[in-house]
Amino acid sequence: MRKEFSSIISRKIKANEKLVFMTGDLGYNALEPVIEAAGERFINAGVAEQNMVGVAAGMAYKGFNVFTYSIAPFAVYRCFEQIKIDVCIHNLPVYIVGNGGGYGYGIMGATHHAIEDIACLSSLPNMTCWIPAFVEDVDYCLNKIVDEKKPAYLRLGLGKPYPNPVAISTINQVISSESPEITIIAMGPIVHNALEAIAGKQTIDLFTILAVPFLKFSDALKTSIERTRKVIVIEEHVGRGGMAEQVLSRLANESLFPDAFVSMHAKGYPSKLYGNQSFHQTESGLDVASIQNEISKLS
Amino acid sequence: MKYTQTQIDLRRKLLSLYYGANAGHIGSSLSCIDVLIALFGIKTDAERVILSKGHAAAALYCVLNHIGEIDDLTLETFYKNGTKLSAHPSANSFLNIPFALGSLGHGFPIACGIAQANQLLKNSDYVYVVMSDGDTNEGTTWEAAHYAVAKKLSNLMVIIDKNNLQGFGRTMDILGDTANNEVWSHIGFEVIEADGHDVAQFKERLQLLKGSSDKPKLIIANTIKGKGVDYMENKMEWHYLPMNAEQYTQALNSLSTLNNA
Ligand SMILES: Cc1ncc(C[n+]2csc(CCOP(=O)(O)OP(=O)(O)O)c2C)c(N)n1
Repeated sequence: MRKEFSSIISRKIKANEKLVFMTGDLGYNALEPVIEAAGERFINAGVAEQNMVGVAAGMAYKGFNVFTYSIAPFAVYRCFEQIKIDVCIHNLPVYIVGNGGGYGYGIMGATHHAIEDIACLSSLPNMTCWIPAFVEDVDYCLNKIVDEKKPAYLRLGLGKPYPNPVAISTINQVISSESPEITIIAMGPIVHNALEAIAGKQTIDLFTILAVPFLKFSDALKTSIERTRKVIVIEEHVGRGGMAEQVLSRLANESLFPDAFVSMHAKGYPSKLYGNQSFHQTESGLDVASIQNEISKLS
Repeated sequence: MKYTQTQIDLRRKLLSLYYGANAGHIGSSLSCIDVLIALFGIKTDAERVILSKGHAAAALYCVLNHIGEIDDLTLETFYKNGTKLSAHPSANSFLNIPFALGSLGHGFPIACGIAQANQLLKNSDYVYVVMSDGDTNEGTTWEAAHYAVAKKLSNLMVIIDKNNLQGFGRTMDILGDTANNEVWSHIGFEVIEADGHDVAQFKERLQLLKGSSDKPKLIIANTIKGKGVDYMENKMEWHYLPMNAEQYTQALNSLSTLNNA
């Protein structure tokens, strides 16, 4: 999604003089078009993320809308207090962009993974986390972020295009079944594993939710859960504070109590061994076979 | 300067590792491998070297292989699924990899902690930490710098692998010279400079520095990113790029001419 992100930002930054783009010394072979488009509003702040977010808050206070960009863990954890105090408490338009959410950086190892980012950030006031699942979602999320002018986080991953056209919204029905038996909700590009797992099955409704927190279920999602009464939430993020818990509390708020609820989530480093993104997905039971297994248990 | 056989052999091993893995960070590892060879030649068994620029893990793995801590079979698992040798050092697998590193700016504070503990334990061990230019951008580096001076961590040896290149530009153009001799001296470090590719000179200067004062010590190792492979030297793209077959052959050829100059 990095290339799509770069070209959308280039377009937006050229058209909007209030946009500023800051990077924590990253962007080789991706952000060059942004440099070109943004001129002096492109700033390499160095490998100094805390300062970068503080500076972004100062600029936002003076009327700019500022993107800060790094690899997801450095964009989020390193400067978490700056995000909390300098940005969120003042409800300032600073947009944190984390590349490679989840296990996206694979073999780079634990330092480069972000599997608790949504839990951390979604606990802050005024913050909305945006998690595109398909490449086309990046444009939707960026439009929302720039329009809303408030603290936001964009978690980028390795996205592919939608399998079939969808009018993109914050909650999207990717696959609908005539007589659904299970409702699956995916957060982010892990949706591709879900798609593969349900290929050929006629009994699954598949949804994505692009924002945490989200305000309410879409009518389609609510109807699906009412019909299937079985929900699986899949996310490349730890269980605590992730999408499954968001969905659960939403279900309770709407007095919807399904018969079965399964949370499939990241489990850290169970074998203490490392590998590529799909290795870590498999270790956490987020691979295609594990999803199929959960589906058959519920069927 | 002449390369020692170890410097050349470990470079060859490093390149083969990166080629086999189709991985980047080659320039970063070639920049600091000689400093690591020197440090592992000096340190005692009880002493630790903290590689704060964790993205050069492959250089560390090759040196640990050289001293027998990582066996050949394990080394071959680099980058493969199910490995202990991830692209940045992971914790809990090897004595000489005591911490997971790769998020810049973590190594120096950890080294301060080890130095502080060594003082409390009243032993004479040094602790060594290898930082990059990028490390010296981070706020924690400057917090640790003042801590080390204030707490008189005379048993702390900081090495900055100063190759003047970072992730998306030259150090000078990003935040200026954050690895500057005068700045560090002024804060209260005993600072010297050394050629970061001349192992013998580096060791000699380091030993002299040890006895020099009761301040924390810092060596600015002047280095070249990509050192030893002519077409990679001082090029930012070799922070990222893996080698194709032709480039690998070219790199090996470049190594074979090293001592002919
Ligand atoms: C906290 C943090 N922010 C960003 C990065 C991503 N990153 C990896 S290496 C690097 C900069 C590379 O330059 P330098 O640190 O000077 O290393 P060297 O040139 O010695 O390889 C960056 C920004 C990181 N590893 N950690």
